[in-house]
Amino acid sequence: MSDKKIRVLIAKPGLDGHDRGAKVIARALRDAGMEVIYTGIRQTPEMIAEAALQEDVDVVGMSILSGAHMALFPKVMDLLRQNGLDDVLVVAGGIIPDEDVPALRQMGIQGIFGPGTPTDQIVNFIREKVQ
Amino acid sequence: MNDELVRGVLAGQRRAIARAISLIEDDGAEARAVLTALFPHTGRAHLVGVTGPPGSGKSTLVNALALHFRRQSPPRSVGIVAVDPTSPFSGGAILGDRIRMRDLAGDPGIFIRSMASRGNLGGLAWATADAVKVLDAAGFDLILIETVGAGQAEVDIARTAHTTVVVEVPGLGDDVQAIKAGILEIADLFAVNKADLDGADHAVMALRMMLDLNSGGTHTVLHHGRLMTVAGGQESQGAGEPGWRPPIFKTVASRREGVAELAGAILAHRAYLEQSGNLAGRERERAAAELEMILQQESLRRVLACTDPAHLAELIDRIARRELDPYTASQQLLGR
Repeated sequence: MSDKKIRVLIAKPGLDGHDRGAKVIARALRDAGMEVIYTGIRQTPEMIAEAALQEDVDVVGMSILSGAHMALFPKVMDLLRQNGLDDVLVVAGGIIPDEDVPALRQMGIQGIFGPGTPTDQIVNFIREKVQ
Repeated sequence: MNDELVRGVLAGQRRAIARAISLIEDDGAEARAVLTALFPHTGRAHLVGVTGPPGSGKSTLVNALALHFRRQSPPRSVGIVAVDPTSPFSGGAILGDRIRMRDLAGDPGIFIRSMASRGNLGGLAWATADAVKVLDAAGFDLILIETVGAGQAEVDIARTAHTTVVVEVPGLGDDVQAIKAGILEIADLFAVNKADLDGADHAVMALRMMLDLNSGGTHTVLHHGRLMTVAGGQESQGAGEPGWRPPIFKTVASRREGVAELAGAILAHRAYLEQSGNLAGRERERAAAELEMILQQESLRRVLACTDPAHLAELIDRIARRELDPYTASQQLLGR
């Protein structure tokens, strides 16, 4: 009846429709006992920040394969901050070149997981960061 | 901290609403204090339940209904609580109802909250009714409550909502399915969704026949394979209460067809409840059911709090070995 669950928003910003990775992660987090709010493809930064606010999530996970991450992720981070969600853990996956990783970490995206990352690693990362 | 949260909810601040619902979902003394403070501010919203089998289009219908109420003049603000099932194995859940509600993004008159059922079997979560109170206190005019995909027995929604919409789809079963007990009995309104599929008219007729069996009015019967209408005696009556016969609407929620009519009927049902005096009766039933549920949980909590876990484990072991029956064991626990 009474137990704290980790709530995670999984969203795909941008226009690519490749949602298999996002679904695999959603399923793995579910199997790890987390509550996953899955919003699907073609989410605008505004939609992601709004959903994170309304759902009061601990974690926002974004997957993007179109190459638009350097344009879209900063917007999401700004909007999360504007909504007072500074304490939310943000992680990202998809096709993200190594040279972009430092800049993404700089803007507050704490976990970046490329293709082939074992799902256990992501589960453990989230569990460690969300007390 | 709690006072600030309560003030935030009453002022309609979205972050406060979201935090308060989380607090309630995770339970505890703080949540009860917040609910106690919010309770005097509840009771204004009209609560609409939307239930039906998995894949019948409940989320799409909720999306279309909310859009309709927002575009009406004057627009009504809409809170949405959408429940999806928790895995009985991992305790996790995938809450996917927002996928169908993207039309509602960016509207400050809308608040959507997804909720996992967390082990409750009646189609809602334990916390659903209390989450609805938060949205009610925050000033939303209408609150749409979407249940988990429900089969025949998930009828908690009827005790939570003022108006229950049961969503059916063509091709789910014959007219015997329609007279079975359970979910069809709790409907104040029916939506036969995906009505562009074959069999929609038959689904409507099967529902109509079920309603006719409840009433003394005209009867629709299946005679030598043909549906026929025969005259009956008295005034037609509805499934739930006298004076309201649940209307049946054909909808195609993805194209918003039939949605305006359904939305109109929801408001008509509210007016009926107010004029007939049945609203007060429903509120009293709701209060009784809620008090009973809280008493059950609280009693359990108290018994477990004063029971030594080792003793409890021992009793469970003895029951499993058939040395003790569960009735005697529970009497022992309660008697101490």
